[in-house]
Amino acid sequence: MTRTWAGRIGFYTLIAVLLAFFTIPLLWLAAAPFTSDPSYEVRMPDFTFENFQTIIEHPYALWSLVNSLILAIGTALLVVVLSALAAYALSRVRIPGRDALLYALLLLSSIITGTAAMVPLFQLAIELNLIDSHTGLILIMTGGLLPAAIFMIKDFMDATPKSYEESARVFGASPLQIVRHVVTPVVRPGLATIAVWTIANVWGNFLMPFLLLSDVEKQPAAVIMYTLYTEGGQANLKVLSTFGLLYSVPVVLMYLFVSKKYGFRFHGGIKR
Amino acid sequence: MAQVTSPPEPAEVVSPAPARRYSSDAAGLGRLRAGAFVAPALALIAVFLVFPALWVIYLGLTNYRLTGVAAAEPQFVGLDNFVKALTDPEFWDSTWLTFQFVLGSAVIGQVVLGFTLAWMLKDRRGTLKSVVEGLVILAWILPSAVVSFLWVALLDRDAGTLNALLGIPGFAWLLDYPMLSIIIFNTWRGTAFSMMLYGAALGNVPPSHLESARLAGASGWQQLRDVVFPHIRGHILTNLLLISLWTFNDFSPFLLTAGGPDGKSEVLAVHVYKVALQNGDLGYGAAISTVILLINLVVAVFYLRLLRSKK
Amino acid sequence: MAAIELRGLTKVYPGGVKALDSLDLTVPDGEFFALLGPSGCGKTTLLRTIAGLETATGGAVVIGGRDVTGVQPGGRDIAMVFQDYALFPHMDVSDNIAYPLRIKKVAKAARHAKAAEVGARLGLEQLMDRRPGQLSGGQQQRVALARVMATQAQAFLFDEPLSNLDARLRLEARTFLKKLQRELGVTTVFVTHDQAEALAMADRMAVMEAGHIRQIGTPAEVFQRPANTFVAGFIGSTPMNLLDAVVRGDTLEVAGCKVPVPASARGLLTDGEKLVYGVRPEYMTYSAQPADGSLAGDVVILENLGASHLVTLDVDDVLVQAVVPEGHEPALGERGHAVPRADRALVYRDGELVSA
Repeated sequence: MTRTWAGRIGFYTLIAVLLAFFTIPLLWLAAAPFTSDPSYEVRMPDFTFENFQTIIEHPYALWSLVNSLILAIGTALLVVVLSALAAYALSRVRIPGRDALLYALLLLSSIITGTAAMVPLFQLAIELNLIDSHTGLILIMTGGLLPAAIFMIKDFMDATPKSYEESARVFGASPLQIVRHVVTPVVRPGLATIAVWTIANVWGNFLMPFLLLSDVEKQPAAVIMYTLYTEGGQANLKVLSTFGLLYSVPVVLMYLFVSKKYGFRFHGGIKR
Repeated sequence: MAQVTSPPEPAEVVSPAPARRYSSDAAGLGRLRAGAFVAPALALIAVFLVFPALWVIYLGLTNYRLTGVAAAEPQFVGLDNFVKALTDPEFWDSTWLTFQFVLGSAVIGQVVLGFTLAWMLKDRRGTLKSVVEGLVILAWILPSAVVSFLWVALLDRDAGTLNALLGIPGFAWLLDYPMLSIIIFNTWRGTAFSMMLYGAALGNVPPSHLESARLAGASGWQQLRDVVFPHIRGHILTNLLLISLWTFNDFSPFLLTAGGPDGKSEVLAVHVYKVALQNGDLGYGAAISTVILLINLVVAVFYLRLLRSKK
Repeated sequence: MAAIELRGLTKVYPGGVKALDSLDLTVPDGEFFALLGPSGCGKTTLLRTIAGLETATGGAVVIGGRDVTGVQPGGRDIAMVFQDYALFPHMDVSDNIAYPLRIKKVAKAARHAKAAEVGARLGLEQLMDRRPGQLSGGQQQRVALARVMATQAQAFLFDEPLSNLDARLRLEARTFLKKLQRELGVTTVFVTHDQAEALAMADRMAVMEAGHIRQIGTPAEVFQRPANTFVAGFIGSTPMNLLDAVVRGDTLEVAGCKVPVPASARGLLTDGEKLVYGVRPEYMTYSAQPADGSLAGDVVILENLGASHLVTLDVDDVLVQAVVPEGHEPALGERGHAVPRADRALVYRDGELVSA
């Protein structure tokens, strides 16, 4: 009897401590945007929306969100289309050297990180005249995300029975009709997963745009956020708090959408 | 109606067999079209992933600089950069800090915290579980630039919430304990992955095994040791390798401390950036990148071996 | 409508596995034909090669007098029902049935009218708006059948059409499928691993083993006169008694007993020859009294088959089985005598039936 009580008290104490550890750092983001004259300290907000006025007046803040959107959508489109095509072919056709190729892709995607490749990527962008270019950044991020995306989407394709395609084929459908009528609709959840995963990745990516975009009008939210709090002088907390919140909300919405629609599925944990 | 036993009538063959072969994969795609499907993805990967990895090795063997004479005409310097790195105390300091960072935040922080959370929430349903999981995952999915600033605010010397809670105003976390700060920060940031992985792993431990251990009178710890750990050993190893790899390559400490003060939190990821892009010594930076690449390779090969042996 | 003819059909997989070894087979127009065999015998490969989903390594496939060996599956004018039915999960029943017509560029209204007509014929009127995931196994099977019917192809191919149904439904579906094929009169080849299914449904059947056809015939022929010991062992819900025998003049010595040489083998055996004597338990008459030409032994096992019993006798350490009708079952341990029907007993030499 006493043992279970002690166990319960221990359990709830530990949970409370962990909950506090994970909650306290986030409180500021919830409170400061709605506090007039916010400071670093978390205070009970007085629920003002004045701070959002400053963000509208800020020269780069809102545009940076648009830039983030352009980069995220552009990369997601490329990644989804190219990875789906490649994964489909790799899943269904025995291309010579396929297994070696897949192994190499998996290896490459895990070892060539932004950190390891920042020097040559920077060089490459200069040589190809891709500095300060959204297109260049999209191509570079696509290249980095494709191997993992191919892997994830190939999982979906492999799990789809071949009899769907064979059946359509016996009825006389051409390969392109099969892809359009049968394969794409069937793997749509997989495609959506890849799209969300890519968008989340690009939306949060700091290093690559920081490295390759020096024009402040082209920089995405991640870089502007960093500039806002490292710039000389006193950081403008009104702008920072509201901007941080606006920049975070889409990620949270997307997470809620995915976990509701597909049940946050666990994908060998490829996140970065 | 079919006549059951009638001998088959000989069929008139209209056209002679066209000996044409066609593709026999499920969709009738054929190798040529399959190749065309794969090619665009491979091209992008080749140019923006494989080529940079090879080029970094070459760059590491030159004295390439961002500006000046060596920018226009880089010289091949052989292994000089590597020799320089191995004899440079800054490189070794940075490596040591990286080791502390990976060991402290990933191997100890995220694994222990992630497993504890997964174990505590294992048989729970309802609000408590979703609230705790939701918050831990929130820390993981928010943009790094945002959470970094949240920690800057939290740890602020004068007005930070942490000092206010602990009643130690003026305690300069980021200046006096930069490594501890980024280790705790990264533990907070990355625990979600381990929690979810262990959550999934614990879900796969057959309840009958736990029940029979409980019937035999095993204590909580004995159940963990004798039933749970043997079942999830593979998951633990997978988890360790992946989060070590990611933490090793993590650039977010830069957003919190920018390597400072005085290089006291300059992990290798930040060190490369400073050497190559702030000081402009691209050749030397590339040599350090090559070292990072090699370490990544060792961990990744180990990980893939593990995956294969599981299959 | 068309006959299907296979000439010297061979399929070798990359790596050298010979799945089909020079098969010759003709399925006449309108026939309901079964390909039967254990798993891995090549029956599904054969069906898929007829469909064109596998390319033949050698030989020819002729459908309706047209050599289609090099023709894509879509150009063979056949339709196929897959083991898992392969109904497209994102289309409703109506769209699924109409899909083959969509490929043939039939106008939307026309193809849905056709789908409704075929669906109604199979009792699917109420389900036309549902997705496959919302249907029971039996309903899914009927949708798959409706889809092949909508094609109006020359021949139908069914891959294990009943294996995804539960046992009770399977019997119903068996009758239904046979009736449907009769009504449509379309040449149909189906694959099954269940001998009872093949016997019940097929007009004729081929029993396959390891890429070869071991016997072709009507169910009655295959059941009564298996061409070899493989077929003899594979066909029948109770396995045939296959007993070592030695020829002694005009009798056979089996397990220490003497039985007459079967009618079919009379005059074809040499004295002292070693053979296998085969007789189905159903073709044995059991009696408690000693009888001429019987196999005598102690009753060691009794199995209830419902309306009859399967009695196992220990005849000089050889187990012999006989089916005994309800009400005549012996007691365990009793001495029993099983008399083979002379016109149904068979003799196998080196595994092959001895017959004129």
